[in-house]
Amino acid sequence: MNNDKSTAIQVRGLVKRFDEVEAVGGIGFDVLSGELFGFLGPNGAGKTTTINMLTGLARPDTGGIRIGGIDCTKKPRAAQHLIGVVPDESNLYPELTGYENLCFCAALYGLKKKERSARARRLLDDFGLASASERKFGAYSKGMKRKLTIAAGMIHKPDILFLDEPTTGIDVGSARQLRKLISNLHRAGTTIFLTTHYIEEAERLCDRIAFIVSGRIVRIETVEHLLQPIQAKHVLQISCAIVEDGLQESLSKAFPDLDFTIPENGRVRVEAAAPIGVGPLVRFLEDHGAEVSEARRMRPSLEDIFVSITGIETTAMRKEKEKKGKGK
Amino acid sequence: MKRWVAFWNILVKDMRTYYLKPPNISWGLIFPLAWTGMFFIKSQSGLGGIRALLPGVVAVSILFGTTSMLAVTVTFEKKNRSFERLLLAPIPLEVLMLAKTSGAILMGTANAFVPVILAVFLTDLSHVAWTVFVPAVLLIAVASTFLGLFIAVAVSEVFEAQTFSNFFRFPMMFLCGLFFPIDRLPVVLKPLSFILPLTYGADVLHGAVHGGHLMPYSVDLAVLCAFCIGLFVLSIHNVKRSWIA
Repeated sequence: MNNDKSTAIQVRGLVKRFDEVEAVGGIGFDVLSGELFGFLGPNGAGKTTTINMLTGLARPDTGGIRIGGIDCTKKPRAAQHLIGVVPDESNLYPELTGYENLCFCAALYGLKKKERSARARRLLDDFGLASASERKFGAYSKGMKRKLTIAAGMIHKPDILFLDEPTTGIDVGSARQLRKLISNLHRAGTTIFLTTHYIEEAERLCDRIAFIVSGRIVRIETVEHLLQPIQAKHVLQISCAIVEDGLQESLSKAFPDLDFTIPENGRVRVEAAAPIGVGPLVRFLEDHGAEVSEARRMRPSLEDIFVSITGIETTAMRKEKEKKGKGK
Repeated sequence: MKRWVAFWNILVKDMRTYYLKPPNISWGLIFPLAWTGMFFIKSQSGLGGIRALLPGVVAVSILFGTTSMLAVTVTFEKKNRSFERLLLAPIPLEVLMLAKTSGAILMGTANAFVPVILAVFLTDLSHVAWTVFVPAVLLIAVASTFLGLFIAVAVSEVFEAQTFSNFFRFPMMFLCGLFFPIDRLPVVLKPLSFILPLTYGADVLHGAVHGGHLMPYSVDLAVLCAFCIGLFVLSIHNVKRSWIA
């Protein structure tokens, strides 16, 4: 492994098996200092297992990890002072207040009383939780719990912050606020390792993204590079009640210059290199018994890349994750 | 220095959030009182019999006070994932587990002195060898707490922690010579007594309170120390094997 100072996280040939299941199968990547690195994949792809290995909560079967130049394979807990971890579920103490939770987390890093208190107060202010600082964590709303969990991960001013699904299961306003906080942290120079299943969130926040599918990294690229090939593409999404079998075939025959996919019943996706005429398509669909309710031009996004790489519809993935989140 | 800041704060948090809660304090008072009352009535030996009962009540108060609380709190924190936060902190695992167990050790020791304080008002304790009694109480508290830790690491649910604790506690209570002398136990059960940490603790307590002990104090205390170290090392090994797998 090279010891390049600008590399915050270095991973080589990381493998983790649980009995017969290979959760992570020989992945490798570098995260540069100050980078906001996205780690995207469907549920069960190996994202959380990877984070657990990087943060010392799980041991890799083989492979190497360096965090801030420290070989974590030999000393799994040696880099813990450099990292902050925000897990996918809030894991603070329900019986302590927001302020006490932050002070306690600061004490785990050896901070002195005065400094603990000052940092806790400042973070509570930054996260808009000052008015709830003396309220027990157990009485917080989901969004507030998420914010305080992120604040707890940052209390010791870590060089590297691991964020596992930070905006899952919270309201739109809180999610927007959190994204702004993540952006600010990134601008301040913190290296951030972010896993999310919100593709648009990754597109908006990340510098670089790694796609992981079935424990293997299938692509690592800057967001700019990922989007380049599809920028010139034209996409149209038609919502309709489909009654005819083999509609996709009929469409392809009638419009050979266009690519059609029917990702789910009631939705036809059209892609082309040139602008797409809406009228003839709608007429064709209605002639074939499909009742069109909406036709919308779409901006090609990272979601298209994700779907083409993983073959998984993000809406299905999101629903599954949110259902899981509610069950917790 | 930094790791001791963490150690102290984990201990203080646990004392505040778990051990010094009114239900736990009342349990710590009622339990030894109930045991003392029960054996006092059963023995029908009057106030003079209190000295014979004291070692048993002290040991049982420690055993129940430490194992159940620690096993439950650790399992609870593991279940709601707040224990992960401790595992992510830059402190050695040994220091972390010592911090988590110190609260239970202190509570167990405090529990032990509830029946002692009661006995002061009811009988003459001037002949008690306190220099042996106090270290024995401390070592029983440590050994019982580490037994609780061993149980906590072995289970994943809070109710399992309680059940598994009883699996160790009740046989230990009746086989360690606290209430029934070991030499009066059936031959097949006698060897079992000598693989239980409480047997050695009970022997010291009996010796310290009324002079009736089987083994030299040095042997009892050395074996208790060995149990403490063994249980702690085994628990740390199990934490690494199953929680940081």
